Parts: sequence; C-alpha cells; structure tokens
Amino acid sequence: MSNNIATTPEELISKEYTAGFVTDIETETLPPGLSEEVVREISRKKAEPEWLTEWRLDALRRWEKMEEPTWAHVKFPPIDYQAISYFAAPKGDKPKSLDEVDPELLRTYEKLGIPLHEQKILAGVEEEPSQPRVAVDAVFDSVSITTTFKETLKEHGVVFCSFSEAVQSHPDLVKKYLGSVVPKTDNFYAALNSAVFSDGSFVYVPKGVRCPMELSTYFRINAENTGQFERTLIIADEGSYVSYLEGCTAPMRDENQLHAAVVELIALDDAQIKYSTVQNWYPGDENGVGGIYNFVTKRGTCRGARSHISWTQVETGSAITWKYPSVILRGDDSIGEFYSVALTNNRQQADTGTKMTHIGRNTKSTIISKGISAGHSSNAYRGLVRMNPGARDARNYTQCDSLLIGSECAAHTFPYIESRRQDAIVEHEATTTRVSDDQLFMCRQRGIEPEKAVSMIVNGFCRDVFRELPMEFAVEASKLLEVSLEGAVG
Amino acid sequence: MSLLEVSDLHVRVADREILNGVNLEVNPGEIHAIMGPNGSGKSTLTNTIAGQEGYIVENGDLRLNGTNLVELEPEERSYAGLFLAFQYPVEIPGVTNMEFLKTAVDSHRKQRGETALSSVEFIKNMRALVTKLDFNPEFLKRGVNESFSGGEKKRNEILQMLCLDPKVALLDETDSGLDIDALQVVAKGINEFRNSNNAVVLVTHYQRLLNHVVPDYVHVLLNGTIVKSGDASLALDLERNGYAWLEQDNSP
Repeated sequence: MSNNIATTPEELISKEYTAGFVTDIETETLPPGLSEEVVREISRKKAEPEWLTEWRLDALRRWEKMEEPTWAHVKFPPIDYQAISYFAAPKGDKPKSLDEVDPELLRTYEKLGIPLHEQKILAGVEEEPSQPRVAVDAVFDSVSITTTFKETLKEHGVVFCSFSEAVQSHPDLVKKYLGSVVPKTDNFYAALNSAVFSDGSFVYVPKGVRCPMELSTYFRINAENTGQFERTLIIADEGSYVSYLEGCTAPMRDENQLHAAVVELIALDDAQIKYSTVQNWYPGDENGVGGIYNFVTKRGTCRGARSHISWTQVETGSAITWKYPSVILRGDDSIGEFYSVALTNNRQQADTGTKMTHIGRNTKSTIISKGISAGHSSNAYRGLVRMNPGARDARNYTQCDSLLIGSECAAHTFPYIESRRQDAIVEHEATTTRVSDDQLFMCRQRGIEPEKAVSMIVNGFCRDVFRELPMEFAVEASKLLEVSLEGAVG
Repeated sequence: MSLLEVSDLHVRVADREILNGVNLEVNPGEIHAIMGPNGSGKSTLTNTIAGQEGYIVENGDLRLNGTNLVELEPEERSYAGLFLAFQYPVEIPGVTNMEFLKTAVDSHRKQRGETALSSVEFIKNMRALVTKLDFNPEFLKRGVNESFSGGEKKRNEILQMLCLDPKVALLDETDSGLDIDALQVVAKGINEFRNSNNAVVLVTHYQRLLNHVVPDYVHVLLNGTIVKSGDASLALDLERNGYAWLEQDNSP
C-alpha cells in the first residue's frame, strides 16, 4: 500500500504553540545585572519594609557563594546571570481597578482565554453559568496586574492578593511564613529567587473556611531578556480547604528565558490544599532554539495533624523543566500526594518528580507520575521517599509510567528510597510502554484518524492524573496535550 | 456488482512474496470462509485488505463496492465500509470501551456528513446492543481490551463490528481460543450482523464456528493462493482429511 501522509511517529511530531505572541506595551525594565543595588531597587519599587530588604540581601550574599547544581539529567549552556534583567513591569502606577488596566494587557489575557472580568451573576441564569467561577491573579512579567473576586473572597475571610500587596496588608503572616518551607539557602535557584523575587500570589484561608471558589494565578512572561522570579505563599489555617491553580505561557523567542519561582504551602491541623499546575511555557522550536528554563522550587508542609497537600501538575511547556513539588509530612496522620503528567516533545528536557519526607506518625504519600516523550526529547522522573525515624507506620505508594512516541526519545526513572523505619511500607511500580503500531492500526481500522488516535491513547495513559484536576482544568489539560502532540503519529 | 473483489492479488512483506495471485469475489448476503494451514497467507490477505503498513501490493486489484482500496489509508477503507476483527486485539489502557466506540462512530458519522450523536443517545444505543448480545454492560466502562480475557477481546471485536455496521466484515480467527459459550456468543453476534446487503469473510482453522455460522462458500488458501473453493461441505472434508491431499494436487 502507499502512504502519502505521515505514518511514523517521527514524521508527525510538529508542535504549534498558540500562546507565543508578544504584547506591545511600554515596559519599565531594570538594566541587566545582579548586585546589592539591584536588589535594593526591587525592594524600593515595592516599598518593602526594612526586614524584607535585609532578608533579600542576605539571600543574595549567600547565593553568591553557592554553585549551580549539576545533578539533574538535563543539558544546557552556562547561564550568564549578569545578562538577565531582574525586573520588568508595564509602565505606570499599578491600576486600582480593571478600568485602569491598559487595554492592550486586557487583550492579552483575552487572547489567552483568561477571564479578568468578574462574571456578573444575573437573576435567573445562576444555575448555568457559562464559565465556572474562578478567581484570577494575573502576573505579567514582574508584577500582578489585577486580582479578581477579591471582595467576594473577603466576605469569607479569604485573603487572595498579589505577594507585594500581602507584604503591605498582612506583614505578620508574610514574615511568619516566608522562607519557612523553602529556606533562603535551600538551593541555588531558591536563593536567587529569595534575593530578587518580584510578584506572585498570596493566599490565606482562615480557620474552618472552605474557600468558595477555585483560586488561580496566571503567569505571563512578555518582556525580552528578563527572568521571572515569582513567589507564592499559601497558608491554610486549621480545618480549611483551598484549591489553587496556576497557568503559565510566554512568547516565542530565540533566546532562552529563566523562570525561577518558589512556591510554599503550609497546611495546619485538618487543613487541605490542592495545588494544580498547567505549565505551558514556550518550549523552544523543533531544533531546540529558545524556550523557557523552568527551574522551580515547590514545597508544601503538612504542619498540622491530619493535614493534606496534593500537587497535580501537567507540564507540557519549557525548554527545560526542573522541579520537584514536595511535601514534608510533619503532622501525624497527614497525607501528601503528587500527580504528574510531563510531556516532552522535540528537544525538550524534563527532570521532574517529587520528594515525600515522612516525619509524623501514620503519614501517607502517593506518587503517580506519567511521563510522555516524543521527538528527540528526554523525560526523567526523579523521586525521593524518606521515612524518618519517628514516622511510625508510614506508607508510600509510587507509580511511575513512561510512554514513548517514536524511537528518538528517552525516558528515565530515578527513584530514591531512604527508610529508617522497619515498619514503613514503600511500594514502587514502574512501567515503560510505547504507542505501538498495532494500537494505531486498530484505531485507524475503526475510522479514527492517526492524530486523534494518539491523543486518545495519551489521554488514556494520563487518566489517573487528569481525574485529580478540577473539572474545567482537566478539559484544558486534555486539549493542551492534543495541541502539544499535534502531528505526533500516524 | 460484487461487494468485495480481490483480483490476482500479489503481496510482499519485507522481501518475501506471501500472496501470489489471490482471486475472491464476495457478493451481498454471502458468508465466505477462508481456511488453510498456518503460514498459508490468511492473515496477510486480511491485513492487506485493511491496509496494514508493510503489506505491499505488488500486483492486482482490491475493490470494495467498486472503490479501489489499494491507494486508501486504513481509516478511509473503514469509511468505505470495511471492518477487520483482529486475531490479536490490542489494549488501549485508560481509554474506555465506550469512549473508543463513540470516537469511532463519530468519525464515521462525520465522513457521512452527519453530526455526532449526543453521549446520552449513544449510551442508550450501546446499552441496547450489549443486552442483545448478552454482554455485561460493565464491559463498556472498562479500558479497551484492558485485562480482558481472550474471549472478552473477541467479543469486543464483534461489538465494534455491530456498532460500525460495515458492508464487509473480515473476521481473522475470531473463533480461536474461545470456549463453547464464548463461541456461541460470537456466532450469535455474526448472525445478528448479517443481512442481504452486507457480507462476512471468516478466516478460520476450524470447522466448529461453521456449525453456527454456515458459509455459502469455503476457500482453501495454500502457499499464497486459493487452491480450492466449494460449499460448506468442503470444510467438513478438511476437518476429516487435513490439507495434505490438496498440497499434493498443487505441488509445483
């Protein structure tokens, strides 16, 4: 038989990145370079209290003595940290309401499909809102543009605002918890972030409150030659619940841009935090030119008894992804979960996974990791499960599955287990499969076109993780995979 | 016009010629059985008709309802009305049977310029179908062939066939490895499917399915060519005497 269309996985891998446009807007940018003066300037721009300026400077001094880690299974040329600009923001004062936001910015979010207008609930249509209600904090380069539904949330006592705002409005909470989960010197990138972090989101859910809507932050890198260093802090007080989602995109550019964020989660007694990420930073082109270096430290601590933190991530973007959302299970009977789908295509590299540190008694953790590699990409799962001496009856279950599309890609699994308890139960399962020609042929024989077939097979593979995402984001994630695999097999 | 017409078909796989001049004509309402020893080219014939990659048509013609299949992609052959029940159905973990069937049916509807069925409507149709076939409705919620027994996989092929309602169904050893009960369920499905407008081609090693689904014609495939054709009684002869007597007749 003859084949005119692409019929091998290799031929079909070609990726369309739809969020790659640039917003034409006047930007105020600090000149490239990193020094005490730059750190002081960032702190001054944000009118920060003295203690925070000092905190940043301490981080900078420590960072200067640290070395870039080299253990990850990724390759990239050395980064010149003096060539990066550490602050970029749309010109002018921070808008006080949505009416004052530059229309160009509003159009950007509209194009990205992010709702910045609070949906008006009209009498009679309440039962069928056209879109789910989600509060959004929109971070553009180094600053937060707007945060929606703040008033509604306030009625429930929930604080949801930009980090800069929280420093002014809730200094005690910020001072108490900042750096309490990810210390300044935790690692090279966390130290860098601690020195120069710009904006991010802050969430506080008071005792016994179930946050009435999903909270989300949408990160957008726009300016050239800048890095984005956001900081997110989420505190769930006793008996509270919050579900939070972050999304990320950036323009298509030939040079690499650095994104080094820090996220800290704190769950007190009986509190639950569900943190979901749909990461779609620009991945670079098919030859590996350009794209975001996504070097992120995310960690949560189940500080209270019976507290519960889950990380769910869908990673399809970035030239290099290097992140390990982790949970420290300190409180007795606390639960940590990590559900991950990481898809790499073309020349993308991902080294991602989690750390579960069991300290409290009867603590439980679950890790479900689904890695999908296509093109010439490399995808590694790296996970550490540690059972400390006090973690009586602790349990972990880990499942790592890799799916290969084509024959030029690679999947690696690096599981580390450190158990200092005889009674700890640690289970690890791993599989590697390939989208087979037989599966494709069966689908095609039934009339399912090859691209549809691959996306169906990949979606099936990711099912266990998608079901952990909030419904509306599960749909988005599933679409994103479809786009990321556009042209992927035949 | 015949539904399926195979004329002087020569097929190569890698550098081996497997079929050398197969002729077959299948008319509406007919059931044909193709029998033959292992390695005679039975699966090559069905895979070639369905358009599996790597089966290269060196010469000859393949027509379905007058449409030349040789240049068509597998999915286009499916739209033209061809169905192949696989000898070894593969698993698609995490994709439910229901989802898979709906995606397939919707693709076919789209080709015909029809809108997709609503999920409610589709589920209703499917429930009716599985009940008619004595399948457990739980079947629909499971991953495609995921941890199915051999018999369940074959039943699933029959379900897909009924769902897509093709003009010509090729069944590649659908009866192999089935116990008596499963065999009867499969036979019931085939009899449910057949009507005066469609046709079934059964590839089989054994007579036992043919007790339940009586063929109009039986063909013997040997060394890449059909060496003998006859009615249902030929299958009984083969069951008694094997293929050796035909082989001698046909030695080059």
